[in-house]
Amino acid sequence: MDYTLVVALEMIRAIAWLVLLASGLAIIFGMMRIINFAHGEFLMLGGYTVVISTNAGVNEWVSILILAPVVVGVFGIIVERLVIQRLYGRILDSLLATWGLSMLMMGGVTMIFGNTVQGVSTPFGGMKIGAYQVPIYNFVLIGFAVLVLVAIWCVLKFTKAGLIARATMQNADMAEALGIRTRWVYMTTFGIGSAITGLAGGLLAPVTGVVPTMGMNLVGQSFITVITGGASVIAGTLSSATLLGTISQGVTFLTGPVYGDAALLVTALVLLRLLPQGITGRIFKRSL
Amino acid sequence: MTKLSRRNFLYTTGAAAAATLASPLVARAGTDTIKVGGLHDLSGALDSTGVPMNQVFQLAIKEINDAGGLLGKQVEAVIYDPQSNMSLYSQYATQLALKDKVDVVMGGITSASRETIRPIFHRYNTFYFYNTQYEGGVCDRNEITLGTTPAQTVKRVIPYAMNLYGKKVYTVAADYNYGHITAAWVKRYVEENGGEVIATEFFPLDVAQFGSTISKIQGAKPDFVLSAMVGTSHLGFYRQWAAAGMKSQIPIVSTVYGAGGTEQVILTHEESDGIIASFGYFEAIDNPTNKAFLEKVAQEYPDKKWVMSEISEVTYEGMKIWADAVKEAGSTKRDALLEVLTSGKTYDMPAGKVKIDPKTQHAVRDVYIATCKDGVFGINETFPDSQPEDTQMVCDLIKDPKSNTQYEISL
Repeated sequence: MDYTLVVALEMIRAIAWLVLLASGLAIIFGMMRIINFAHGEFLMLGGYTVVISTNAGVNEWVSILILAPVVVGVFGIIVERLVIQRLYGRILDSLLATWGLSMLMMGGVTMIFGNTVQGVSTPFGGMKIGAYQVPIYNFVLIGFAVLVLVAIWCVLKFTKAGLIARATMQNADMAEALGIRTRWVYMTTFGIGSAITGLAGGLLAPVTGVVPTMGMNLVGQSFITVITGGASVIAGTLSSATLLGTISQGVTFLTGPVYGDAALLVTALVLLRLLPQGITGRIFKRSL
Repeated sequence: MTKLSRRNFLYTTGAAAAATLASPLVARAGTDTIKVGGLHDLSGALDSTGVPMNQVFQLAIKEINDAGGLLGKQVEAVIYDPQSNMSLYSQYATQLALKDKVDVVMGGITSASRETIRPIFHRYNTFYFYNTQYEGGVCDRNEITLGTTPAQTVKRVIPYAMNLYGKKVYTVAADYNYGHITAAWVKRYVEENGGEVIATEFFPLDVAQFGSTISKIQGAKPDFVLSAMVGTSHLGFYRQWAAAGMKSQIPIVSTVYGAGGTEQVILTHEESDGIIASFGYFEAIDNPTNKAFLEKVAQEYPDKKWVMSEISEVTYEGMKIWADAVKEAGSTKRDALLEVLTSGKTYDMPAGKVKIDPKTQHAVRDVYIATCKDGVFGINETFPDSQPEDTQMVCDLIKDPKSNTQYEISL
């Protein structure tokens, strides 16, 4: 019984992890069709913000919940103004440019802050479930994954800004004709996507090693989740994260992490063969 | 201000290009130095290990030059950055051997990089020092191997931990040759000491979530966990282990934690405290050579954040031992040096006494077991004169001087 509970919890946490990794990317890729290859480094920047500011004496939660999204969000807006705005509609060029950006960011962070920075410890400690112990921080990760998805959904569904964003993504020319400054919409959307990525990086900082190259290990999972999910931000991220998280953790429990990792890739491969547009290209088509 | 016309631009850049082309010739004609090559990853995934190695490498050269150089000449370092990339390793190794014609090369970090460059140096007879702790088995007359092997470290730390904690061991290891070979050694030594490895799990290097493994370990209830986890994603294991509140319940023993000198710095003290490791060097070693060495390092690199670890200290050893041999042989020729190096001389190094085993050209050295406390390893036990027994099982360079291979040691 305890074991089932622990396994279930671990699966939900794995789903939350993928949701956090992928949400920001889903906004940038799903809505704007920009392949942000520097996504991993945006996460790294969020992590670094938390580590550096916490070591400088800032409260850990302030750095995770406020500083990380603000710093990465502002950085995203600067990147959008300098680079991305010239590349809308040019998917391959955007890939190349952001790849360069990712190397620049790794090198830059190494130069400025060094590659050896004292990490922050995980808050809250452990909790007993029968014979097992799990980190309480797992529930924080799950909570924020839910919060991020709900927040994106509310903004897109109920606010005027969300309506304008959706209109712009659907038909930029028409939106422009109706008096919307699409350039500003793109910039804001990119900024918000970056800020969410920053928040995710900040939340991951206490559970993983924060070094300049950490993004390389995260970018793959993020892209797999987004591509498997398809075009719609929320339904896509949620459905693919659920599928991939459950399968990879389930297999990890049954056999081991090597097969868990492989199962995630095989699932994504098979899904994309069957549903080339991602899950939401066929199912939940009209959802957000 | 002169205007930069197209013609003007051509003139100036042309002149500059001609000057750059000409300068090596000028420099070559004017200098008379002994060149040594350094191949350490200064960028990319392994830079946190490579940068300290390179700094200590340069410090050793500086010391040699301050003491008057070698054979009346100054020693000049030729340094390349292979960027944690194997194709750059082979490119730069070839350059060092053929273009720069260096007398010796220090470097290579992972076993993959060593097996990329070792055959190149062998082919061109460029003397090569490999200074990393590794899985053992290299048998090559052209290479001196100074780092520890499993028979020196794993063999000692396993019975030590079994005495302390008990006989049931759970192994977690990185999923590539180092992790697999180490896990095999662990199994062998645990069984030799009457214990049992209840499970072994391997992790691809990009795995960063360890929740399910941690639950499985809790279910299996081992007496201690043996970790051969490598790289920064795997640091998450120690963090998530501590976050689950496991630190106080099941101890961790590691064959590799602290190897790069950055793990203890990146993790918080609560996460790293209590981890037991075994290496050929720790900062806490109490001898005058080590004290002087650490003072010099602090003076030369006052901003360094890394902790001196075996891999860096041994790089320093490599340079010093090679220089000592050059002085004694009065030559930089490899065969003359090998004769001196394998003559059984004992070198007094910060890590303690170091000797070179003529059969394997690996180091016979003092090995230490230490526990991490407040982010610093404190030594519990010392094992003097530890032989590289694993490599000795398969390699005899006296009988077979032409050998040029890494043997797999069957367990």
